Amino acid sequence: MTTYSDFTIGEPVADRAAPDGPIETRWERRRFGVKLVNPANKRKMHVIVVGTGLAGGSASATLAELGYRVSSFCYQDSPRRAHSIAAQGGINAAKNYRNDGDSVHRLFYDTVKGGDFRARESNVHRLAEISRQIIDQCVAQGVPFAREYGGLLDNRSFGGAQVSRTFYARGQTGQQLLLGAYQALERQVDAGGVTMYPRHEMLELIVVDGHARGIVARDLITGETRSHLADAVVLASGGYGNVFFLSTNAKGCNVTASWRAHRKGALFANPCFTQIHPTCIPVSGDHQSKLTLMSESLRNDGRVWVPLEKGDDRDPNLIPEAERDYFLERQYPAFGNLVPRDIASRAAKNVCDEGRGVGPGGLGVFLDFAEVIRRLGRPAVEARYGNLFQMYQRITGEDPYQVPMRIYPAVHYTMGGLWVDYDLQSTIPGLFVVGEANFSDHGANRLGASALMQGLADGYFVLPSTIGDYLATSDHDPVDPDHPAVKAAEEEVAQRIDTLLSINGTRTVDSFHRELGHLMWEHCGMERTEAGLRKALDRIPELRKEFWENVLVPGTGVELNQSLERAGRVGDFFELAELMCLDALHRNESCGGHFRAESQTPDGEAARDDEHFSYAAAWEFTGRGEAPVLHKEDLTFEYVAPTQRSYK
Amino acid sequence: MVLKYVMAASGAAMLLYLVLHMIGNLKIFFGADALDSYSAWLRTLLEPAVPYAGVLWAIRVILTVALVAHVVSAIVLARRARAARPVRYVHRQPVQGSYAARTMRWGGVIILLFAIYHVLDLTTGTLNPNGVHGAVHANVVADFDPSRWYLTLFYTLAVLTVGFHVRHGLWSGLQTFGRSNALTQRALKTFAFVFAAVLVVGFLSVPFAATFGLV
Amino acid sequence: MRLHLKVWRQHDADDRGSMKRYDVDDASPDMSFLELLDVLNEKLTVDGEEPVAFDHDCREGICGACSMVIDGQPHGPEKATTTCQLHLRHFKDGDTITVEPFRAGAFPVVKDLVVDRGAFDRIIAAGGYISAPTGSAPDAHAVPVPKDQADRAFTAAACIGCGACVAACPNGSGSLFLGAKITHLGEMPQGRPERNSRVLAMVEEHDASGFGGCTNTGECAVACPKEIPLDVISQLNRDYLAARKARRRSA
Repeated sequence: MTTYSDFTIGEPVADRAAPDGPIETRWERRRFGVKLVNPANKRKMHVIVVGTGLAGGSASATLAELGYRVSSFCYQDSPRRAHSIAAQGGINAAKNYRNDGDSVHRLFYDTVKGGDFRARESNVHRLAEISRQIIDQCVAQGVPFAREYGGLLDNRSFGGAQVSRTFYARGQTGQQLLLGAYQALERQVDAGGVTMYPRHEMLELIVVDGHARGIVARDLITGETRSHLADAVVLASGGYGNVFFLSTNAKGCNVTASWRAHRKGALFANPCFTQIHPTCIPVSGDHQSKLTLMSESLRNDGRVWVPLEKGDDRDPNLIPEAERDYFLERQYPAFGNLVPRDIASRAAKNVCDEGRGVGPGGLGVFLDFAEVIRRLGRPAVEARYGNLFQMYQRITGEDPYQVPMRIYPAVHYTMGGLWVDYDLQSTIPGLFVVGEANFSDHGANRLGASALMQGLADGYFVLPSTIGDYLATSDHDPVDPDHPAVKAAEEEVAQRIDTLLSINGTRTVDSFHRELGHLMWEHCGMERTEAGLRKALDRIPELRKEFWENVLVPGTGVELNQSLERAGRVGDFFELAELMCLDALHRNESCGGHFRAESQTPDGEAARDDEHFSYAAAWEFTGRGEAPVLHKEDLTFEYVAPTQRSYK
Repeated sequence: MVLKYVMAASGAAMLLYLVLHMIGNLKIFFGADALDSYSAWLRTLLEPAVPYAGVLWAIRVILTVALVAHVVSAIVLARRARAARPVRYVHRQPVQGSYAARTMRWGGVIILLFAIYHVLDLTTGTLNPNGVHGAVHANVVADFDPSRWYLTLFYTLAVLTVGFHVRHGLWSGLQTFGRSNALTQRALKTFAFVFAAVLVVGFLSVPFAATFGLV
Repeated sequence: MRLHLKVWRQHDADDRGSMKRYDVDDASPDMSFLELLDVLNEKLTVDGEEPVAFDHDCREGICGACSMVIDGQPHGPEKATTTCQLHLRHFKDGDTITVEPFRAGAFPVVKDLVVDRGAFDRIIAAGGYISAPTGSAPDAHAVPVPKDQADRAFTAAACIGCGACVAACPNGSGSLFLGAKITHLGEMPQGRPERNSRVLAMVEEHDASGFGGCTNTGECAVACPKEIPLDVISQLNRDYLAARKARRRSA
């Protein structure tokens, strides 16, 4: 038997769609090079879009505006509920409305550097260019961005950026942007361009003669599974943070759509690149079902500390200044409490590992506003953070005006995802991947307020241009619904559902998911070691085996069955978890959100190894529990010279 | 949606009438003659341009039309509301908005019954112990004689119901015609409350004055 | 803490449904209400019973998926709080809590506590948008928006489309939802050109979907977890009147 931690190295994977030449004109030239589809033909072409978040919603709306026939799928009861809605902070754009020296090039530079030099320059530059159009587009749709008294858009600096380029709508930017995309989508539903399939979950990709030609989806109300055929398939199904069970993702977020595509041949890139957000509300007990993020902006005024002594469980207000350790300010005097997310998270973990954590289980650090309240007065603090304080109090029952908040890092975003080329096309022709589901733009770490930017860039502007090139050049004979590939896909889905329902074991789906999540958090979380990853790689297959022998899924397949939905997702998480650990194990360097304890500088900072790891790791599936094949895409940096990040 | 405007407009017409009615009633404090001649004046108003009691009848017709429109809209809206919630809640909802708002429908029915009695009592005189046409003052005094305390009580409850109805109805009408916004909402609610209170006090002053022998 | 639950169980849309009693012995005051249902469901699953179906997703009060009526109040007794952020510390040990689905003809029950709120999507599709096809936008600063207008638009746009307003309304009306979108889009200069057609189309779809009429009881605004103010309904009424007038004039 092969052990999973073996893998083979295959042919490098190359991005053939990317134009070369001066980076400033690459996107322009690519758009010119794209073959156009005649308007009359667009009406005959059918595109399936899975997911209705910022990327999927905007893509569906825009494709329909262009004249394509679109079928749009989401597991939620309404496309408006996709998890993009929960993004709080804002969206970056290189508008330079503040005249503070921002530019496309600076946003490009910051994003490449912030991603710790593990993203493609061409993609990031395009993202920075498009960022400006996104704001125009959203304003035209009526998104109520924050404004100044003069009526112009307000900006703030975010996540340690030195320019103010973040546009926001109070703490609900994601919601407002998503509603803009959702309304554009509904407009197309009304116009007949989009057929909406809410409460439908994609369970299989249909590949005919090497091309993605449809999906098998389950109607979550009736339980009916059936195939939907099209000329191209777009996955906009989000990230896979829920592999950790506890994360800031919505409960329904899952990897199934991406994973099914991966199993059908799409390469999965950099799965170990996950982002852990430092300011979440800590776990309060075993019943915890999800973690809630508190906006990063809190670190602008809050001071992070723990008691100097282990096991000091006095009321925090009674701990004198001299017995407190403001560890971020101590370790990073230049940036202090505003260091990037990965660094703040790891520092918090370290002090908790030393036994100095606070709150239940010692998994928390204080975020203290006493000083700013003294300095500016309570009303000023209320004006800035009132809603966040309220949310904190609602969840914890503690008043942050009186007692310091407790925060702890939590999984928030996944930079990895299906490998795509410059056109956002995966290694399966006709399968496109947009938004968080792809791996393309953030490298090893995403900057604050960049997820919304990428989702909308992909959906409004990139995909609608590039997909035309595929549709104009590929063959579009309708697929026979009885084609063996279609039947096989339907059969696979039916069998999987049958299996899950017939195991009839003794453990619930959630209990497996919790155990898997715990394992991942311990060994593939904020800090990874070879020993830990090997342990996880031993334990995950055992747990997966137990899952497929002992899971208890009540009910039937022909009804609304939420346990069955979760079981299918957890089944895929098991396979993904192994790949994540393997990816983390093979990448013996620290970069961005991936911190290998073996690769650090003498003072405990992440040490990148550009000589050996300046590539995106794109994995090929060879079978459940079988050794995957690694395809490397070498990353070259012509415009931003790799340097070691330093926030001291 | 259109019915709401019918509701509001007919309500406004009846409200206007109520105000005039109350002002008329207050003539009682100027003596029996003042009231009786006011009543007679109402009948001779605009004579000879219009026939005797012409204006009065015109008002009565308008009122009837408004009343029918108001009631019909209410019934249609209530039926629609019922259809919009075919299955009731097991756990009854506690009232969170306002009691006045939640009692509009039953309140309306009570007011309608009262209005019928009131017409038979003091317009046609059928149910009035005195019942002499034109002798308004005497009829009123006889009506609210201390021995008939139950009638005074009945009138009091009915007028209070009218007050509740007007309080929500007036505010609601303003809302329906889009006359309220975030800034004026509180002021409008207060206005509706004061308006209703004035009506209640104005109307109740008469029977109480009669009961306690002040007029 | 120990809690007694009375939960609406209904196998599918055609089932009549009934209340069932359950006890949860090991609830914690720090749990959210949905976590209480998670605990109940784990227990039911192990005991071979069918778990309670309920809608939920983000569990941080923004997606609007959670949709139950707790002790007669949509999203439960706490003001400005969705069910997912309602914590058990607001209940007492030994309490009996009634849990029902949102009740409205326009929101048919799908199963247990899950209802179909597709009518809201149809109302938006009917006109709840600004027509701005991708690529057609002028520079974002081409039209300044006075801050007070932008703020009012935002307050209205904060609606999460959960449907609590409908669940709370004695008339089963969706006017607060409707008014929120009308106000949001109408306040923005970009939304003005379609203002009249928007309100007419959205109201028509609202009425056709089987929602009741508004009688200004104000229950909706009290139940709204995002505290959408009642004046958006006034705005809706004003816009509707103006739109009908404009239509008559142009006819």
